[in-house]
Amino acid sequence: MSNAVSALNAASFEGFAKVSETGLRGMVTLRGDLSGKGVKQAVKAATGADVPDARRVTRGTSGDVAWMSPDELLIICDYQAANDVVAALTGKLSGEHALAVNVSDARAVFRIEGNAAREVLAKVAPVDLSADAFQAGDFRRSRIAQVAAAFWLNDDGSFELVCFRSVAQYVFDVLKVSAENGGEVGFL
Amino acid sequence: MLTLQCPYCGVHAEETELHAEGEAHLKRFGPGSSDDEFETYLFMRENPKGVHFERWRHASGCGKFFHAARSTTTLEVFGTYSAQTLEPPQDIKDKISAKYPGWSWRDFS
Ligand SMILES: [Zn+2]
Repeated sequence: MSNAVSALNAASFEGFAKVSETGLRGMVTLRGDLSGKGVKQAVKAATGADVPDARRVTRGTSGDVAWMSPDELLIICDYQAANDVVAALTGKLSGEHALAVNVSDARAVFRIEGNAAREVLAKVAPVDLSADAFQAGDFRRSRIAQVAAAFWLNDDGSFELVCFRSVAQYVFDVLKVSAENGGEVGFL
Repeated sequence: MLTLQCPYCGVHAEETELHAEGEAHLKRFGPGSSDDEFETYLFMRENPKGVHFERWRHASGCGKFFHAARSTTTLEVFGTYSAQTLEPPQDIKDKISAKYPGWSWRDFS
């Protein structure tokens, strides 16, 4: 087997907030009828998590589940476990109109942490990131400057952000500029 | 800045998160249609000053297509609604009528 490496090999930057690439992460896209019993049971069996409400992320014992659209979920798990998650979902959903795919190597993940982590994102995404509007467990698909990205807020106040691997360097550079010391806005 | 609420994910998306996808409720004329019908389907579009119906896509978001009813002059948005329909819902038509009595757009009024 080849030695898998993440897009930026865990690069990090310390400004008024810390931006770091998290390294290899498992990611599985699941498409299907999210309101159906089959998907709910399959997701529970594969991750231990419930199917999240719109724009939310739920936690499971072996994976987190994020709401991407009315017929799409993103499951975030250990890199090594992604194929097992796909197999579990596919097995449970046999005969249903559903599809699970391992997309781990198509993506990059960043963590943004620190007191002003909200500001780093608020400057580069058209999203209301005030404390009232965006809370722990909230998930949002949007864009970071010029490219598609999705992010959620963890209980510890850190954000995690997913983008395509091909634009990992661009996203990292944008986040670094946004987090540069002296660039604090002090509003959020 | 135009803001439309995506009926699929509920996000109040601002324009830069969306992609305009042209006129709403077009009826497709393909194989078997006359040249006139095909030409009309391809090229003839409404360009109203006022009430207009459009298709949009939540491109940097949930990815879904949806419909929007708005005024091209004031940018007032009367509402957004599902793509899986052939005409605007009654409540949106009522809202438009309250503001623009006697309005019409193609076959709708
Ligand atoms: Zn949407």
